[in-house]
Amino acid sequence: MQGISIISDNIFSPLGKTTAENFAHLKNGSSGIELITNSDLSSESFYSSMFQHDFNNGNYTKFEQILIASMQDALNNCDINVKDKKTIFILSSTKGNIDLLDKKVYNEELKERIALHTSAKLIAEHFGFINKPLIISNACISGVLAILTAKRLLESGQYENAIIAGADIVSKFVLSGFQSFQAISSQPCKPFDANRSGLTLGETAGTLILSSDKKYSSNIKVVSGSVSNDANHLSAPSRTSEELSMAIQKTLRNANIFEREIDFISAHGTATLYNDEMEAKAISLSKLESTPVNSLKGFYGHTLGAAGIIESAVTIQSMRENIIIPTKGFEKIGVSKPVNICDNLQKKSLNNCLKIASGFGGCNAAILFSN
Amino acid sequence: MNKNFITAYCIAENNIVYKNGLELYATEGILSENFFLSAYNHFNLNYPKFYKMDNLSKLGWLASEILLKDENLHEHYASEDIGIVLSNANASLDTDLNYSETIKDIPSPAVFVYTLPNIVIGEISIRNGFKGENAFFISEKFDAALLEQYVNILFSSNACQSCICGWTETLEDNYKCVLFLVEKEKRNLNLEFIKDNLEAIFNANAEG
Repeated sequence: MQGISIISDNIFSPLGKTTAENFAHLKNGSSGIELITNSDLSSESFYSSMFQHDFNNGNYTKFEQILIASMQDALNNCDINVKDKKTIFILSSTKGNIDLLDKKVYNEELKERIALHTSAKLIAEHFGFINKPLIISNACISGVLAILTAKRLLESGQYENAIIAGADIVSKFVLSGFQSFQAISSQPCKPFDANRSGLTLGETAGTLILSSDKKYSSNIKVVSGSVSNDANHLSAPSRTSEELSMAIQKTLRNANIFEREIDFISAHGTATLYNDEMEAKAISLSKLESTPVNSLKGFYGHTLGAAGIIESAVTIQSMRENIIIPTKGFEKIGVSKPVNICDNLQKKSLNNCLKIASGFGGCNAAILFSN
Repeated sequence: MNKNFITAYCIAENNIVYKNGLELYATEGILSENFFLSAYNHFNLNYPKFYKMDNLSKLGWLASEILLKDENLHEHYASEDIGIVLSNANASLDTDLNYSETIKDIPSPAVFVYTLPNIVIGEISIRNGFKGENAFFISEKFDAALLEQYVNILFSSNACQSCICGWTETLEDNYKCVLFLVEKEKRNLNLEFIKDNLEAIFNANAEG
């Protein structure tokens, strides 16, 4: 079978330090979301999934420390040589160290410290990568696009191994922005639910390690993927959902598989009115209305540049255990098109699973994992 | 791998706009924001959305208008086959600084939406109805090798048939935008889409 093998992964979140720890919590229905009171972040209390300890030691920022912890665990569980010239490090983030702008006076030094290429360089030096890191910052599809980019680069033969890591942290900058959009839910977010009222932010780092080496050919693979743009509006999703559907259909076509062969869809499911409605329409338009769907935002909140990576890691673990994690927060369907939102733990043979995402700037992405 | 070609390119820097090596507009001694507006007026661009854009989007959008003028991409390609792959060093920091100022008073959603570098891709897509592949890469310096590699993969895997790629950066009063139109057929210019040509065009005005 075509595709690039997934050989290791990690989720470093408020729920746990490894994919296994995280998956155990997801199976138990434990969420990382709680009511946070922190006047440095917001004058009012807000729901969020945040780390409860400080990260202010060492030469690395919190953003960099959670990435390093996530990558270290994923690297410990495989035999990839980071110093190999066939190994590339790909970083996904929307805002990186932007929290520094909340706390410090802007000058030339801070400019360098905020730049994503500075973080990528420091992390690459920490691990000893010899290739220049590749950085993707493409709103909320960053994580899915980073995985797809890795797959494309490995298939071209340029590299054999890719360490894809993504993270974002909760900052006043980002929280105030979503608050200004009236997009933050006053309760833990409720994806696809009739009473959903917006998103919950979260912070997490995630890592996937991919390889084109044939010795891993029995592993779960990234088989295909596609990106599209709505060409409609910067912050509101497409009214027709045709463009996300187009990315899904191209992904299936490139893998030569039919809609009925898709066993599960890991949705973006931010729990904003517009996103979930648009996604439901796109799923329906792609003739996948009976396929089980979940959103993990009720466990982690929206983790921005990490979301596509951690949600893929959970999907891959689901495929290993043949278990679908329910959509935390979902009770009653609240979208206009029929979609099969999972609300309880399901055991099901999972061979072909889709991960989808959409973001500001009108971008959409889909990626297919196969067993 | 099949060869691909640069069929047009546009540079905007130092108060000058070039297309395919020809100087189309120049002015002197004005700040970047005023330059974007004076170029907008000079080229008779009529697009009210321009006024609400941040500087990164104004610059990228202006350069894309000049790059694509007379190219009639829609006659040659389906909208889903036209990709946009851009890059810069400081993402949306220019607007991040502006947004950060508004937090002290009333956070502005109209400014916040521009605090992502790929918004300029969204603006170009909305203007032209382009619905294909997108990517925004961050690199400390212009990375011609990455653009060559990634865009060639998009072509060879049929993920797109035509692509606008390049660099667009604004920070305080510094700016530079270099956009390339890449296609499978040679058309007017005889410029292969290879890293050396990208670098030569990117650095064409470095001494000037």
